[in-house]
Amino acid sequence: MDAFSLDFEKPLQELQDKIAKMESFSKENGVDMAAQVAELNKELEDKKNELFENLTPWQRVTLARHPKRPYALDYIERIATDFMELKGDRRYGNDEAIIGGFAKIDGEPVMILAHQKGRDLKERNKRNFGMAHPEGYRKALRLMQLADKANAPVICIIDTPGAYPGVASEERHIGEAIAVNLREMFNLTVPVVCIVIGEGGSGGALGIGIGNSVMIMENAYYSVISPEGCAGIIWKDGSRGPEAAEAMKITSNDLLKLGVVDEVIKEPLGGAHIDYDVAATNLKAAVKSHISELSKLSDDELKNQRYERFRKLGETA
Amino acid sequence: MPIFGKPKFASISTSKTKSKTDKKASKDWFKCKGCSSMLERKALVELLNICPKCEYHFPMTAHDRIELLMDKKSFKEIDKDLCSKNVLGFEGYDETLEAKKKSTELSDAVVCGFGTIDKQAYGIAVMDFRFMGASMGSVVGEKITRLIEESTKRNVPALLVTASGGARMQEGSLSLMQMAKSSAALARHSEKGLPMFCLLTHPTYGGVTASYASLGDVIIAEPKAMIGFAGARVIEATIKAELPDDFQTSEFLEKHGLVDRIIDRRELRKEFSLLLEFFKNAGTKEKSTAAEA
Ligand SMILES: [Zn+2]
Repeated sequence: MDAFSLDFEKPLQELQDKIAKMESFSKENGVDMAAQVAELNKELEDKKNELFENLTPWQRVTLARHPKRPYALDYIERIATDFMELKGDRRYGNDEAIIGGFAKIDGEPVMILAHQKGRDLKERNKRNFGMAHPEGYRKALRLMQLADKANAPVICIIDTPGAYPGVASEERHIGEAIAVNLREMFNLTVPVVCIVIGEGGSGGALGIGIGNSVMIMENAYYSVISPEGCAGIIWKDGSRGPEAAEAMKITSNDLLKLGVVDEVIKEPLGGAHIDYDVAATNLKAAVKSHISELSKLSDDELKNQRYERFRKLGETA
Repeated sequence: MPIFGKPKFASISTSKTKSKTDKKASKDWFKCKGCSSMLERKALVELLNICPKCEYHFPMTAHDRIELLMDKKSFKEIDKDLCSKNVLGFEGYDETLEAKKKSTELSDAVVCGFGTIDKQAYGIAVMDFRFMGASMGSVVGEKITRLIEESTKRNVPALLVTASGGARMQEGSLSLMQMAKSSAALARHSEKGLPMFCLLTHPTYGGVTASYASLGDVIIAEPKAMIGFAGARVIEATIKAELPDDFQTSEFLEKHGLVDRIIDRRELRKEFSLLLEFFKNAGTKEKSTAAEA
């Protein structure tokens, strides 16, 4: 069993293998080794705690990109019912890298927008690795404005390496599509709650990221550029991603200190992929509490709060 | 030219041997457009006009559609007796109108009214293709406009079920203006924060596509319906090239970003009930702000 597949998890995997061997040896030879097994299990727990409490930024990036990490639909099916996907930008196409639609959370209507990544090769291609084209952002805006009409809160689930860098993207003006979303999301008169669940890749993330509350999962990251991209540009060496991850302060707790996010949502020990249900339960609780607070605000108060929230970001000497 | 292009829906038929099959077909039996099996007209009504073999969705009459989409006995029709006038003295129009009124038992090509799904109130307009290809003249435009205006007054969502060959040529430019008139009413309905839903059914073309059929806050289409502005034949003749197989189908439009969802007829009632529920707080904004102040 490969519970721990990442490089930095090797010591844990070794211990786990040792435990498994001991257990099968004990079974085959009828030797009682329960005490030794228990001891090793405790050692594993301790090591796990220690390791995951002291993750480096780069280790967190690898967790955020873990192939088994829960994606948007994994959360949606756990936190909501009656998800009704609505498609298309009414202009050009339907982008599968951003999905959206109405749903109910504990019976109350909400609008959910989300980057969606694919699990297998076919799905990954269909979802374009969670990298949206302009039509994805235009669909998202259309649906957010629909939510405004329906008077339903908007939930944006962010998980993208970035908006798609390609010819088609530029031809249809990806920059403009994101820009218009940034402006128009400030005009929404319903609560908007955003959660970075995996990768918060730059403008592609921010394009659905203008919330009254912006939250992040413990091991997710949110950054102006990927660590590899940053290292490649500044140091001309993309392999120095781990250093860049450190330097750019892209982890959840750093972002909280910078005021880029308002809350860090706890993940199960070892990462969200260890237990989807626990991750989703935590996310749902956070989303519900923020929406219920924000619902007390009037239309103007909601807009002003969102304005002030982003207005204050940035440091000057 | 598309608006006044020939409303010949031969271009819509998926069967190249249409005229042949028509001859073979009798009053009670006809050949399925989707799979060519012989279907009994009577039996098909029970199945909501869906082919039991290939699930092809055949057109429904306006009243059958209303029965499908409304709680029992909740429907109250409005403007039932509004009739078209041969305002241009167009040759043969009076006779066609009379004949269609007789054969369809409708006053014109759309039926409008109010009712509920799962006790949620809304206004509905359903076009009926049997009445002159559900072409839009003054009466269709006026009835749709009144339905929307009345929905605005009652503070309820509206559902427009479309099917149309386009504008009604016999009423000339007045029929063109119905596109503007109905859109105007929708602007006010929307301004009040109320949603309008479209259900696009086979076939929806021309002036209807270029007005209210494209303005739904949510646009649902039935599977394999043909929907477009200009007819495929007109386009083919203009560009002198072959069109893709799925051109102008619901599936094509979903891929190209116009249609939100393609929903099987048997699921439509549930679909609209849920949509109405999602919009249960729509149109309440002004009130709630006023109450707070
Ligand atoms: Zn068939």
